[in-house]
Amino acid sequence: MSDLNNKAPAPEKLPASPAPEAEKKVREPLFHIVKRAGIPRLKAWGIRVVAILLALLLNALIIHWLTGLDPLAVYKSMFDGSFSTSRKFWVLLQNTAMLLCIALAVTPCYKMRFWNLGAEGQVLIGALSSGALMFYVGDKLPSGVLIALMLGAALLSGILWAGFPALFKARFGTNETLFTLMMNYVAIQLVNTMIAIWVPSGSGVLGIMNSRTNNGWLPTVFGQKYALNIIIVSLLTVFMFIYLKYSKHGYEIAVVGESENTARYIGINVRKVVIRTAALSGCIAGLAGFLLMAGSAHTVSNTIAGGNGFTAVLVSWLAKFNPFVMILTSLLIEFLQKGAGEIAQAFRLSSDIADIATGIILFFIIGCEFFLNYRIMFRHKAQKEGK
Amino acid sequence: MLAVLASFLHSSIVQGIPLLFGATGEILTEKSGHLNLGIPGIMYVGGISGIVGGYLYEHFCERPVALLCILIPLVCSLLGSGLMALIYCFLTVTLRANQNVTGLALTTFGTGIGNFLGGSLLSFFGESGSISLLTIGKWYKAYPVFADKLGVFGEIFCSYGFLAYLAVIVALLVHYFLNKTRAGLNLRSVGENPATADAAGINVTRYKYWSTVIGGMIAGLGGLYFVMDYTGGTWTNNGFGDRGWLAIAIVIFALWKPARAIWCSFVFGGLYICAVLIPGLSSAAKEVIKMAPYLVTIVVLVLSSVHNRRENQPPASLGLNYFREDR
Amino acid sequence: MPVPAIELKNITKTFGSIIANKDVSLSASRGEILALLGENGSGKTTLMNMIAGIYYPDSGQIFIDGKEVVIASPKDAFRYKIGMIHQHFKLVDVFSAAENIVLGLNEKERFDIAKVNEKVRTISETYGFEIDPAKKIYEMSVSEKQTVEIIKVLYRGADILILDEPTAVLTPQETRKLFAVLRRMRDAGKAVIIITHKLHEVLALSDKVAVLRKGEYIGTVLTKDTNENQLTEMMVGKKVSLNIDRAEPKDPQDRLTVTALDAVNRDGVKVLDDVSFVARSGEILGIAGIAGSGQRELLEAIAGLQKVGSGSIIYHDPKTGVDEDLRNKTPLEIRDLGVRLSFVPEDRLGMGLVGDMDIVDNMMLRSYSKGRSFFVERRSPKSLAEKIIEQLEVVTPGVSTPVRRLSGGNVQKVLVGREIAAAPTVFMAAYPVRGLDINSSYTIYNLLNAQKESGVAVIFVGEDLDVLLELCDRILVIGSGKVTGIVDGRTATKEEIGLLMTKSDHIEGLHEEGGSANE
Repeated sequence: MSDLNNKAPAPEKLPASPAPEAEKKVREPLFHIVKRAGIPRLKAWGIRVVAILLALLLNALIIHWLTGLDPLAVYKSMFDGSFSTSRKFWVLLQNTAMLLCIALAVTPCYKMRFWNLGAEGQVLIGALSSGALMFYVGDKLPSGVLIALMLGAALLSGILWAGFPALFKARFGTNETLFTLMMNYVAIQLVNTMIAIWVPSGSGVLGIMNSRTNNGWLPTVFGQKYALNIIIVSLLTVFMFIYLKYSKHGYEIAVVGESENTARYIGINVRKVVIRTAALSGCIAGLAGFLLMAGSAHTVSNTIAGGNGFTAVLVSWLAKFNPFVMILTSLLIEFLQKGAGEIAQAFRLSSDIADIATGIILFFIIGCEFFLNYRIMFRHKAQKEGK
Repeated sequence: MLAVLASFLHSSIVQGIPLLFGATGEILTEKSGHLNLGIPGIMYVGGISGIVGGYLYEHFCERPVALLCILIPLVCSLLGSGLMALIYCFLTVTLRANQNVTGLALTTFGTGIGNFLGGSLLSFFGESGSISLLTIGKWYKAYPVFADKLGVFGEIFCSYGFLAYLAVIVALLVHYFLNKTRAGLNLRSVGENPATADAAGINVTRYKYWSTVIGGMIAGLGGLYFVMDYTGGTWTNNGFGDRGWLAIAIVIFALWKPARAIWCSFVFGGLYICAVLIPGLSSAAKEVIKMAPYLVTIVVLVLSSVHNRRENQPPASLGLNYFREDR
Repeated sequence: MPVPAIELKNITKTFGSIIANKDVSLSASRGEILALLGENGSGKTTLMNMIAGIYYPDSGQIFIDGKEVVIASPKDAFRYKIGMIHQHFKLVDVFSAAENIVLGLNEKERFDIAKVNEKVRTISETYGFEIDPAKKIYEMSVSEKQTVEIIKVLYRGADILILDEPTAVLTPQETRKLFAVLRRMRDAGKAVIIITHKLHEVLALSDKVAVLRKGEYIGTVLTKDTNENQLTEMMVGKKVSLNIDRAEPKDPQDRLTVTALDAVNRDGVKVLDDVSFVARSGEILGIAGIAGSGQRELLEAIAGLQKVGSGSIIYHDPKTGVDEDLRNKTPLEIRDLGVRLSFVPEDRLGMGLVGDMDIVDNMMLRSYSKGRSFFVERRSPKSLAEKIIEQLEVVTPGVSTPVRRLSGGNVQKVLVGREIAAAPTVFMAAYPVRGLDINSSYTIYNLLNAQKESGVAVIFVGEDLDVLLELCDRILVIGSGKVTGIVDGRTATKEEIGLLMTKSDHIEGLHEEGGSANE
């Protein structure tokens, strides 16, 4: 709160010290909530860690209740879900990398307070356009050229998918949350349509393309199929960190996000920044689509993003838009997914328990933000501080 | 020809009912200034809660009674979705958490609960196969016998389970509530300008809680209708699909007016179903038709922002949390 | 003498160390219009907010009809039939007038908007309002919105009406109508209190005038026994010496020539009306005026943030001698022209700085885009931040502290320091010492003087007349968007400026028909 102008502070904040009659007659509530001016970084992360631990405990209890497994064993078998075999570990890394990639895509938008909920669609459209190239010219071009074309198409379509809502937001103030949300389903239907065209049998499953020639597949690195994806996303993480923190663009994004008035005052073209940033977002989401398509799935389906377009919003937000912290948050979510899946398999439960576990963790982290931003003042304490 | 049309209208309405429940619930919620993106998850929970309640009743009761067959799943559904909405409310109203993030987390959570319970319920009781509550489904689908004698008219207007009529009645009631009652006026002021509402002596928090929880319960009935009436008491994982998001699209398409949401839902239901009903369509064309609801929603959204007519805008404080000392 | 409808005795109210009201006693009777007169910051609004239940007094008593009462909330105020019309309307835009009027009421009878409309019409007819109850607020003019606020209060049965600067947003015609309405209310036996600082309105409307100055109660006079000069003197008081150094301007040259500037705000109200003046190098040009008379719009128009209707803003470049018209250029275009314009806006954390960014990042706001590099360069902003912290004695844990966490004075030092570091040729500051303590204020005065002595054209918008008179070489007085006079800072008196501030064109018909008491 700015207390600089001569406006008197709100009555709730006033110390209730003087005039005994006032104290007698004015009923003060038992406690009231005040906004914190700031909180030390260490304390903030401490609160978050406590919240995560509480959530993990609750999860363990729920799983214990469902399976009879003792809570420690729950976590052991969750670990097994991710680390028991090297394949599981690589899958964990690949999934984390893709989730992270999409989270990196949405981050610039959120720093700018532009609520892009369309990452799911932007990823899908990227995968679809690169898949279309593979389908139509997959065996007519050398692999290198094909891959380059696929990449270009994916980036471009991602830019379009995010840039379109941004254009309307900048020009007419169209609600971007709802617009980008709807774009997801347009993309899903577009994928369904193309698959229906491509698969005349009507089975709706495209199947792996070029599995014999591997044309248009990303090359394996170190003998690992997913290594290239992981390397690319790692580089992207570093790039995004630098972009947001050290580039002029990143600085403009921060200013526009914090205060459009200030942006105007220093002469930033807000419309331009909004469109440019959304386009960058879409571009990276398109890249994610390309990586999923060319680097691991080699096919197109409407579940290729697997809801990660939405989960990525949470990953990015939980990390306070810091790309390096996002490595941890995406890892946490993927670890939970894999671990709960492992337990579900072992106890013949539905693997959807992973979503419940993830939901609980998210609720705790979301809830704990309150204690970072606000302080609860109890009556007697408030009076002491007032004096 | 008339018979084909009647059957098409019938199917459109059947498809539209879950959407109508979802849209009505979301409109009520959004009128308090809260964009609840957890509605898809809440609808899943509304469905599965009804299934669980019904299953337990059928499982433990020798001779199920019609009234209880209807009431128990209904009450369970309301409780389940009400609880979900309460989570959202506590996080966004009391703890002032980001609404989009909370809503998305709630959808993940709710879909997870639906699919988990749907997939594991039988195994808890040592059974296998898939859930199928035919007795209860039968009661939910029941409609007056005279409908069959009324020919086309009966098919279009009288051939639905009671929840379908309830959907329309609830939408009309919410419409009446919002536009014709004092409390409705107060609620709308909370969504438009909470500071003004606060200054006028309206309890902003209480209004937000009630509208979100009741809105969630209404939306949950959409899930119940789907599992009990539409599928006749069976559960398939992810069977409900993206209807929850379609409901949110309808809110925009209906310009936040519940009465409009009634026909909008049926139109969307029609678009959803006509792909299946029109003979001779290629499967690609069917998918394109299914895209239409989302495209028209986008067009409506853009047009309403370009024209900028104040009556057609989202509630002014939609998505923003209210804290009295922020001035 | 009848018992007054409302009486305040020895009311004192403090906010932290600031005394907003000290020992204020006044009263208003039924069938009477009381004008509460005072400069900005004299505590008028705070005093009235205590009657309306928004603030609670530290000490003192409030009597309604002779009985002592406690007003702890707006609801209590309603119960005692007190209604206040705030300067900033609290209305829901998409609702109709009638819907706003009944908002939040718990009437027993069933809600029927047609009946409400009827009741609103009855009230309108009684007092001579012209309002369509079904009209939406967003379709209304400012004066219509004000009418809705007044009816809202009357609908709730208010007997004691408080209006906070009701004419600030009205045209002369609308003012005339409002006054007619207020007189009718008085004749209907209500007590009306109007907060204002426009003398001619006081004289035209009120029966009694109570004057506040810097939170203190100066006295009450009957309108018929007083005149503009006496009221001005009561309002501004005797001159206080502040000992601010003032050098003679050296070699002043025209730097900025503003001619016939017109501008309207978003509501379509004219905020700048034919404004012309010259700002010279090596000189401080003060701008005095009642708050909201167009000062902010004037500075923002020069800085490229406010759209201008007609007129010109010519900048005379001291190096090249070229004249550039800055009218309707963006801040970026102005900078690209090579115009070195610094601007300390009134809203420091909302416009001049970004609260959540640290001092270094705030230093870069102006300069970040320099150079062709893709990356921002933080080394020189950092050393600038360190220099400012050292030279201006900014109290902060370090350069990486978010500015939001600094105290008001330190925030302002950071902002002013950054704007000075840009080596401006024109330096504009809006209320740069508002909310600052004495020491910080003097730091700012010294900085402004140093700028002036180094040949910068300084424009200083202030509210304290004593400061303006000691700091500025010339003072431009602005009233309702018009320049009402430009005086010499060395020879002008407070009364002279006070009169210019409250002067506006004579409004026909403000006085009661047939001229009564005060003529």
